[in-house]
Amino acid sequence: MNDLQPVLRLEGIVKTFPGVRALDGVSFDLRPGEVHALMGENGAGKSTLMKVLGGVLAPNAGQIYVAEKPVSMTNPQAAKALGVVFIHQELSLAGELSVAENIFLGELPLKSFGRVDWKKLYADTDKILKTLNVSFNARTRVGDLSIANQQMVEIGRALTVDPRAVIFDEPTASLTDAEKVVLFEVIADLQTRGVGIIYISHRMEEIFKITDRISVLRDGQYRGTLNTAETDEDKVTQLMIGRSLDLSRNVSHHEMGDIALEVRGLSCGHLFEDVSFNVRKGEVLGFYGLVGAGRTEIAETIFGLRTPSAGQILLNGQEVQINSPIEAIRLGIALVPEDRKDQGLVLGMNCKDNMTLPQIGRLTKGPFVSDRAELAIFDKYRDKLDIRTPGWRQSVGNLSGGNQQKIVIGKWLSMHPEVLIVDEPTRGIDVGSKSEIHNLIRDLAAQGFAVIVISSEMPEVLHVSDRIVAMFAGRVMREFTSEDVTEDNLIQAISGLTGDKAA
Amino acid sequence: MTVLTRQNLGSFLAKQGILIAFVLFMIGFAMVNQRFIAMDNISGVIRSSAILGVIAIGVTFVVIGGNLDLSVGSMMSFSTIVVLDLHDKIGPGLAIPAMFALTLLLGAFIGFLVGYLKLNSLIVTLGMLSAIHGLTLTWSGGKNMDIADKSGTWFSFFGQDRIMGIPVPILIFALLAAVLAMVLSRTSFGRKVYAVGGNGQAATFSGIPRARIVFMTYLISAFCVAVAGLLQASRSLGSQNTVGQGLELQVLAAVILGGASLLGGSGTVFKTVIGVLILGFIQNGLLLAGLDFYVQYMVTWAIIILAVWLDIAAKRGHLWSPIA
Ligand SMILES: Nc1ncnc2c1ncn2[C@@H]1O[C@H](COP(=O)(O)OP(=O)(O)OP(=O)(O)O)[C@@H](O)[C@H]1O
Ligand SMILES: [Mg+2]
Repeated sequence: MNDLQPVLRLEGIVKTFPGVRALDGVSFDLRPGEVHALMGENGAGKSTLMKVLGGVLAPNAGQIYVAEKPVSMTNPQAAKALGVVFIHQELSLAGELSVAENIFLGELPLKSFGRVDWKKLYADTDKILKTLNVSFNARTRVGDLSIANQQMVEIGRALTVDPRAVIFDEPTASLTDAEKVVLFEVIADLQTRGVGIIYISHRMEEIFKITDRISVLRDGQYRGTLNTAETDEDKVTQLMIGRSLDLSRNVSHHEMGDIALEVRGLSCGHLFEDVSFNVRKGEVLGFYGLVGAGRTEIAETIFGLRTPSAGQILLNGQEVQINSPIEAIRLGIALVPEDRKDQGLVLGMNCKDNMTLPQIGRLTKGPFVSDRAELAIFDKYRDKLDIRTPGWRQSVGNLSGGNQQKIVIGKWLSMHPEVLIVDEPTRGIDVGSKSEIHNLIRDLAAQGFAVIVISSEMPEVLHVSDRIVAMFAGRVMREFTSEDVTEDNLIQAISGLTGDKAA
Repeated sequence: MTVLTRQNLGSFLAKQGILIAFVLFMIGFAMVNQRFIAMDNISGVIRSSAILGVIAIGVTFVVIGGNLDLSVGSMMSFSTIVVLDLHDKIGPGLAIPAMFALTLLLGAFIGFLVGYLKLNSLIVTLGMLSAIHGLTLTWSGGKNMDIADKSGTWFSFFGQDRIMGIPVPILIFALLAAVLAMVLSRTSFGRKVYAVGGNGQAATFSGIPRARIVFMTYLISAFCVAVAGLLQASRSLGSQNTVGQGLELQVLAAVILGGASLLGGSGTVFKTVIGVLILGFIQNGLLLAGLDFYVQYMVTWAIIILAVWLDIAAKRGHLWSPIA
């Protein structure tokens, strides 16, 4: 493979934003038929590099070569015409349109007089969907799809042309294991067709499973390329963050207090039914299940965003009615939501304002907000979570994906809630910060907080939880303690294969 | 590299375009007519911009909160007619608070519809524009409203007097701008307005009472309209039923010129004041240049569209872009 000329080559790419040197002379090459991982901490410049490659951003300096010919990618269409397609980290679909319209957006097949050829559109789309092996069809409204399925639509978009290179920017961040398998099949298929794949992810298992080479960026600089077969996680981590990580399992056995939150027979329509569980002060309760198992909906109900159709919620032994997030927050409940872009952040607002938003009413001195009180909180959590930003004035929308997620986490941690619910807390977060966040969750529990962690990542749930609730299709299938849980029986429980339903 | 420089120039133009256009306008006007930059002309422009400015400050809150208010012009006609009518019936001391109460009631009604019932603000305020016009005509019986004793009332203070040589309307405009600028930029309420307009769902997830915040923005807008009605009535001591007609678009133009996004979540009181002044000076300049009054309408519209275009272009970083 080595003697083939690269499909794509970047040389000395520089990209600066006000106050940030996001890319500092990065070079990189992609061979046909290889899966090339791009790794680096949050804010290292991965997405920026790919945006330059995909024609979304113009570099300040540097040259791109496609099949060794210098090209300039002035817009995404130009890139696509050269066979370079880009699947973004943040989804960018039109929710009101159908799957077919989204996939062929801007290049709908036409008949005479500019009429859309719907028949051809749907047929072409179905052909693409078939290779993706998905359950929805060309006419489904995109807004009705789960995030995972929307991701599939985004991938479908890339397949409308005969691509030379496909860029995946954290494609698996919101996919279930089963969906990942499908994605990897799609990638393997592209590979055999000689397409080069650039694959960005923070998940080491995936990287080692599917990639051929790994290139590492750090603080906007190219740090080197490793052959996947000849390296290991530790070496990659070293290159990424300059030190090794201690990833040993962390079950600090501290005293647990009384039950902080108890849920009895909670139902909400058909979203979830008859759900009962409790979490003690000082305990981390994991919720594991497939996307769509109803875990997020339970969290939203506890947080006052949905009205339960039956059941009770008890806080410190007292039954409570929670009708809105305002009431939930007042009762000391916090929710780090699943979708940071839509639910977690006001993208146009700066970092500090986002972080202090839920408690802004308390941070006043006289009639005015106290800058000092706000900055104290911001500085504390920026350091604690290692948030990379040129300053608190930066718009959150300009931060890298992982750093955005950290702002959301800081926003709720700084509230010192009694019950903290985190829904997919480390989606898109780099390995170093991930273990930081896991430690933070454990620390919070040790300080006596009750924490509920919803996650689709098995290692994460196993790593942080004292107990694990396994859900399937809106029902609690089984509850595990950290002693009796194994990967196998967890997988069984969440796929509905087990009959024994524990109380 | 040529591509890059052209792009940089484009994004610079996109960000600063409105200021550049303004400066060019000013230089052009000053060359056509020296009077344009005379001190008394400048003070005159600010003074005649005061009414527009006061309303625009209120509408800034509504727009940042992610909504529109097209009813302000018609609402100001209402305030003006009501305060003039009540002046002779119950005396100015009671007429003013009564007019404020009624105007705030209208604002509360709109705020209820848009905030709590979550109706589309464009439809609601467009409807209210004509409904309030009807209300005004019913109140006045369709006749012009005049104060009987125009020289014997202290009511003329707000629109006609000066304090230390500065016209009272300018003082009120400045005071209101200063206070509301503080409210918007320094209080937790102001922060919540930005959050609700910037991303309503995230605001809800952060425990911000979205409906109440939207409701409050309309109350503020109505309060500003009431102040403007007071200035208008006090200046002329008599009025037609249609004094505020068309004001809503000028207000919107000023707010957008100031850089507030119609999508909500951005803008400041200070920038709106700049927008108001830009609009005032351009209209004044057109008059001094000898153009007819009604040319203003066309030019104002051209400016609005230019401003909206630049607003979007600034977000994209390109003046023109094939992608959305
Ligand atoms: N539009 C922008 N304006 C200003 N700064 C930006 C902008 N886009 C990215 N940056 C900055 O550039 C740097 C690199 O960001 P980038 O999104 O490429 O990181 P990343 O490696 O993809 O991180 P993650 O793993 O968190 O997704 C960050 O410091 C980020 O804050
Ligand atoms: Mg990224």
